[in-house]
Amino acid sequence: MVASLTHLLNPPTLRRQDFLGCSGLQFPRGALTEIYGPASSGRTSLLFSLLAEAARTPEELYVLVDTQDAFDPSSAAAAGVALHRLLWIRCQGNAEHALRVTDLLVQAGGFGLVALDLADTPPRTARRISLTSWYRLRRAVEPTRTLLVVLGQEPYARQCASLSLETQRDQIHWSGALLNCVRWRIAHKKPLGSACTLSFLPSH
Amino acid sequence: MFACIHSPGIAASGIAEEFSPRLETLDPATVVLDVSGLDRLLGPPEKIAAAIAARAGPRARIALAPNREAAIHAARGFPGLTVIRHGQEAALLGSLPVEVLTPPPELLDTLDRWGIRTFRDLAALPEVGVAERLGAEGVRLQKLARGESGRPPRLADPAPVFVESLELDHPIDLLEPLSFALSRLLNQLCARLEERALAALELRLTLRLETQAEHARSLRLPVPMRNPITFLKLLHLDLTAHPPGAPIVAIALAATPAKPRAIQDGLFLPPFPEPEKLELTLARIAALVGAGNVGSPQLVDTHRPGAFHLAEFRGAAPRPVPHNPAQLAFRVLRPPLPATVQPASGTPAFVSAHGIRGKVLAIAGPWRTSGDWWTTSPWARDDWDAALSDGALCRIYREHFSGQWFVEGRYD
Repeated sequence: MVASLTHLLNPPTLRRQDFLGCSGLQFPRGALTEIYGPASSGRTSLLFSLLAEAARTPEELYVLVDTQDAFDPSSAAAAGVALHRLLWIRCQGNAEHALRVTDLLVQAGGFGLVALDLADTPPRTARRISLTSWYRLRRAVEPTRTLLVVLGQEPYARQCASLSLETQRDQIHWSGALLNCVRWRIAHKKPLGSACTLSFLPSH
Repeated sequence: MFACIHSPGIAASGIAEEFSPRLETLDPATVVLDVSGLDRLLGPPEKIAAAIAARAGPRARIALAPNREAAIHAARGFPGLTVIRHGQEAALLGSLPVEVLTPPPELLDTLDRWGIRTFRDLAALPEVGVAERLGAEGVRLQKLARGESGRPPRLADPAPVFVESLELDHPIDLLEPLSFALSRLLNQLCARLEERALAALELRLTLRLETQAEHARSLRLPVPMRNPITFLKLLHLDLTAHPPGAPIVAIALAATPAKPRAIQDGLFLPPFPEPEKLELTLARIAALVGAGNVGSPQLVDTHRPGAFHLAEFRGAAPRPVPHNPAQLAFRVLRPPLPATVQPASGTPAFVSAHGIRGKVLAIAGPWRTSGDWWTTSPWARDDWDAALSDGALCRIYREHFSGQWFVEGRYD
């Protein structure tokens, strides 16, 4: 008797994607998201908004792999980040360590969000991270509900990222001697889509 | 067969433990122990009594009897060694005064008025009459006076000690062979914990070195665990970070027992790292970036800018978090970059620092802050938010005491 092989012709069933919505954007879980742009372009503000949004899910834990030790707990707390659920790993400028730590965390599993902050890492250093490493991270995160976010000055993960967002500074509003509001422009680079603007207020 | 040691002024339980693990401590000076089976080791009851007496000293009163109460009364009533064989209880205990039975004062008063002075007198009274006049307590005391058994002993359950040790024939100076020895000890330790349905909350490793020095390490676990593989990996990582300074000649491993955690996972709960896996991952990360660089940030109750405390990450229980409107994030430069600032009409006009250089396009400030003036490290500064021509939106400040300018970080 010959078994039917027609199932091999059918495309694999896509599993239902889980998203974390934040500021009108949908961040896919179990995938790699890249947020890139120049300094003072709103990358960290967007990440903090994402962490604050994720904090509304009870019991989830988050990790920030801080390559250049640039995380400011005060502004994060003001943005609504649940500091008691945040694991902060300071890599003192060592991008190689940051990548290994991210790999360990993603392999361990169970975290709601893992953020690899390469925003202040010189692009020359960050570009040295091989595509194989990004692919490995993407594969590790795929079967989980973890949202892996990479912050950088350029798109480093390229085709391994499921969502790429480019940030730019749009406008700064000054009110007399006060910094009133900053507007960032977020452009969907992958998948290609329309851009949106987000406004952020200073915490002081 | 039971033995009783009654020795005022001496810790009797310590002596009793040397002869039998089945013992009951009545008071600090009186201990009853079950010596059944000791005859095969020490011989007849007289020899057992002599062995206990030799250990307890000449002032101790030792008594051996077929039941617990007879041994207690004999030890309390007769000096030196007393051995009561089966069937001789009533005859030998008969001469003891009834006070040895420690009856209630009113009962003792009644017995005294009746002229009942010894065990023998009390044992000879008719049972029914005793029950009618003295009640249940009287019947119980009469049985004890006849040398009959009262209740079974309440055996002391000593707190279990979870320690495994190993003396090595040859000194070990590499981590790899040490792991094999540790693995063996951990397996034994975890098996013993499992026998008692316990887990370890803390592991203490003591390595005796060839130089006779001791290298002690302690692993405090976030939740009780009982997995020897996890323990071995944690110890391996810890010893890699803190290696002993000389070859190892002996290993001792102790565990602090605790009840294992019991959790009920829900179907709709979000993912959470397994505590064992999380602990192992954190240990690996700490070995990579340093233990002081891993943790959960906590704000400190101070106005000093940039102050924080890095606490141990334990995956804290959920707490309500206020949901704030989108706030501007700040990226800190650690340490702050010394800057050269050219002022124009009292406000910064040009900022130059390592990696940052530009004309000030717009600026907000200054905000004067100061604090800790009552300590040895006071601070006072003027803060400015500046948009530079190179695209950076940064915070600069001038220290009052030194007059030096710094770039503290960028808004991002």
